Amino acid sequence: MTAPLHDTAETTVADVAADIPAKAIEGRSPGRIAWMRLKRDKVALAGGVIVVFLILVAIFAPLIVSALGHPPNDFHEDKIDPLFGTPTGKWGGISGDYLFGVEPVNGRDVFSRIVYGTRISLLVAFLSAIVAVVLGTFFGIMAGYFGGWVDAAIGRVMDVLLAFPQLLFIMSLVSVMPNSLLGFSGTGVRMGVLVVVIGFFGWPYVGRIVRGQTLSLREREYVDAARSLGAGRGYILFRELLPNLVAPITVYATLMIPTNILTEAALSFLGVGVKPPTSSWGQMLFKALSFYETDPIFMLIPGLAIFVTVLAFNLFGDGVRDALDPKGSR
Amino acid sequence: MTSPRSSRRRLAAGTAVVVVALLSTAACGGGGGGKSDGNAKAPGFNAAVNKVANASDKKGGTLKFIGTQDADSWDPQRGYYGFMWDFARYYTRQLVSFTPEPGLASTTLKPDLATGLAKVEDGGKTYTYTLKDGLKWEDGSPLTSKDVKYGIERIWAQDVISGGPIYLQQVLDPKGEYKGPYKDTSADKLGLKSIETPDDKTIVFRLPKPNSDFEQMLAMPSGSPVPAAKDTAAKYGLKPFSSGPYKFQSYTPNKSMVLVRNTNWSASTDDLRKALPDKITVTLTTNADDMDKRLINGDYDLDLNATGVGQAARAEVLGKNKANADNPDTGFIRYAVFPTTVKPMDNIHCRKAVILAADHKSLQTARGGPQAGGAIAPNMLPLGIKGADGKYDPYNVLKDTTGNVEEAKKELKACGQPDGFKTTIAVRNNKPIEIATAESLQESLKKVGITTELDEFDGAQTSGIIGAPKTVKSKGYGIIIMGWGADFPSGQGFLQPLVDSRFILESGNNNFAEIKDKAIDGLFDQALTQTDANAAAEVYKQINQKVSEGAYYLPFTFEKNIIWRSSRLTNVYTADAYNGRYDYASLGVQ
Repeated sequence: MTAPLHDTAETTVADVAADIPAKAIEGRSPGRIAWMRLKRDKVALAGGVIVVFLILVAIFAPLIVSALGHPPNDFHEDKIDPLFGTPTGKWGGISGDYLFGVEPVNGRDVFSRIVYGTRISLLVAFLSAIVAVVLGTFFGIMAGYFGGWVDAAIGRVMDVLLAFPQLLFIMSLVSVMPNSLLGFSGTGVRMGVLVVVIGFFGWPYVGRIVRGQTLSLREREYVDAARSLGAGRGYILFRELLPNLVAPITVYATLMIPTNILTEAALSFLGVGVKPPTSSWGQMLFKALSFYETDPIFMLIPGLAIFVTVLAFNLFGDGVRDALDPKGSR
Repeated sequence: MTSPRSSRRRLAAGTAVVVVALLSTAACGGGGGGKSDGNAKAPGFNAAVNKVANASDKKGGTLKFIGTQDADSWDPQRGYYGFMWDFARYYTRQLVSFTPEPGLASTTLKPDLATGLAKVEDGGKTYTYTLKDGLKWEDGSPLTSKDVKYGIERIWAQDVISGGPIYLQQVLDPKGEYKGPYKDTSADKLGLKSIETPDDKTIVFRLPKPNSDFEQMLAMPSGSPVPAAKDTAAKYGLKPFSSGPYKFQSYTPNKSMVLVRNTNWSASTDDLRKALPDKITVTLTTNADDMDKRLINGDYDLDLNATGVGQAARAEVLGKNKANADNPDTGFIRYAVFPTTVKPMDNIHCRKAVILAADHKSLQTARGGPQAGGAIAPNMLPLGIKGADGKYDPYNVLKDTTGNVEEAKKELKACGQPDGFKTTIAVRNNKPIEIATAESLQESLKKVGITTELDEFDGAQTSGIIGAPKTVKSKGYGIIIMGWGADFPSGQGFLQPLVDSRFILESGNNNFAEIKDKAIDGLFDQALTQTDANAAAEVYKQINQKVSEGAYYLPFTFEKNIIWRSSRLTNVYTADAYNGRYDYASLGVQ
């Protein structure tokens, strides 16, 4: 047991030793230090690789599907037992032609639908995270920097939003939304609503963290120095404070994405997500419910997709947090 | 008007499925188990469809129902669920009721409390009945015509006795002049003028306008007698006072119910109810898959709700236990309807294009296939209704089951949309099967260039969304996916709310196509004045043809169910009068 420990210590020392003579002494930016720390965290790196892979899948979905699958909305009813509506093939109809099997009742290619579902999941999750981060940062920094009644007002608004029954609100909102809005229609509108609503209910979490950080940062000497040199409010807020907030914001954003993926899946499961036939993982899970005993594979696959994606983002997010803030306790 | 019954029952089933799926992972383990075949042997697949299986007159034993859904109310004037109407015959009697015979024969009315069918006079405006001798309530007191009148009057008290069908109120007092027995100032609370009780044995109904289905309405549980002295108003459904062969021993809503023999009921006054078991129990559970397992295990005899075995149990039932299953028609039709207020569905050729382009086979598969879904429907009148014609197939859907793209394109040209058009399909979001049918329709319409968008609306808001013509128009719903079953088996009960222009409502509308055809309305008036059911059937046949010719509807399937029948059950048969359920009042156990 001691040998490996010794080994690691030795290599680390060797690394450092090798570094020094080659490049002499060089100042490292905080970003580089964080990147080095992240590179050493194998678990986070694995998560990161999966995240990159998923993003590529989402971007190149049409190419992947045309190479390995069938158009996601095409019916293949010849693969379905008309009596029970379940796939005729074993294991949910998994074969060389249908990598993840076929959907019960209509025989759509599960592989293609999962691949296209990645797009929806990631797009909604990323966009709503951006909405939340922008709003949260803006209001958080305002509340933290100005304090007083601004802080009190924003604080109360955040309390209200945190206590709001988000899921029920979205469900009722979607049912009264018109079919077309601002020139968009169908799935575009639904996705827009999801992004705005998930983002809108997510910003207080970011807002609180940013506010707390701003409170402590604004008392720092360099802020005082800038102020005494006659820097304006805008300069202090965006040139002095904001760069120092990038780390906590990045950490929170990466951890918010998996939550958003889950929220999107839950909403699709409840029938208020994207519209069929656009595929989404939550919708597939809902449909799989009625087939969970006769075609369990069909439930397993979207379930696994959600699980792997959320896990990868969480591991990666944790790694980023550790890298940016090594003193922070887990 | 069925929509309360159909949609509420279906809705409840839908919610149950979700809850069940969430709860039932724990119950997965069980599986096969020992099927308690015992000495009984199942008589075979479809043995009880339109014929009697295990005919027997042996009395005794306990008949065990299990269900996932309690009745909306067991109060005869308040219940609207189909299974409640079937079950209510255990403890209620009506002036007339359905014949205890299999299939279509069940829909013929027979005298129950009355000595014969009504003496109809005055051009169909006066109905007179004479009550049988020796009719008694469960406490031994005599059952009189005044009790019948009082029971029917309860329908008028809609603020207390809500939820049941109100046909009798609409026919007897269309202007709503009577305020109901609880607000009645007369001493005997029998102030309704259109019903007369000259003596304890005679009851006379005076209709402002003739209605050929009036006796059908009296045969519903809402036509049952209730003694004024025993009326507990809103609480009556917890322990209805029995006039039938069984009485309530105990009832805990959503849990269980036990009925025992009513010793004051006498078989000599009742030739419609066999009253074979000594005791009837109902167990209510929330887990539909678990219920199916317990039925297959033999712990219970049949599903009270009779909504069909779930997807999970279907394979096992149709595989190993086929002899215990029946596959009757439910009398429901599943369809798509085209609101004519939404462009381009105002053009008959565009509507025809949709009907012709649809892949009926694929729609059937989406509904669950030929057994769990039902047969492909060529027109809008199911076979359990007099005047139906299963061979009338104006769009050749039984031959071209996968659709006729060429003809559809011709119709599109005639409609002035040769390249197809865009429209929206409205579908309830809590019905996975309906979403699947919508997706199937969307896919087949794509082939002729009709692009559609699915709008899943909140299934609990049906009457305010698709039931509101204004909303339908503003949302641009060119196609609506729905289902329908009749409250009483006649052309009036089935078709009129769907196609008569006078039934278009601002909310809770069921004439989704907003058909405004004077000819159709006129034919209904003609049918309602017919005193002969067969003559009326001929008129309904014509209406059905007019509806098909107008291309307002795209029928998918005449719905079927796969229902479980335990090997112990005797005297089992499906009755069209009860939507293909077994006639509960005839059942016995070995």
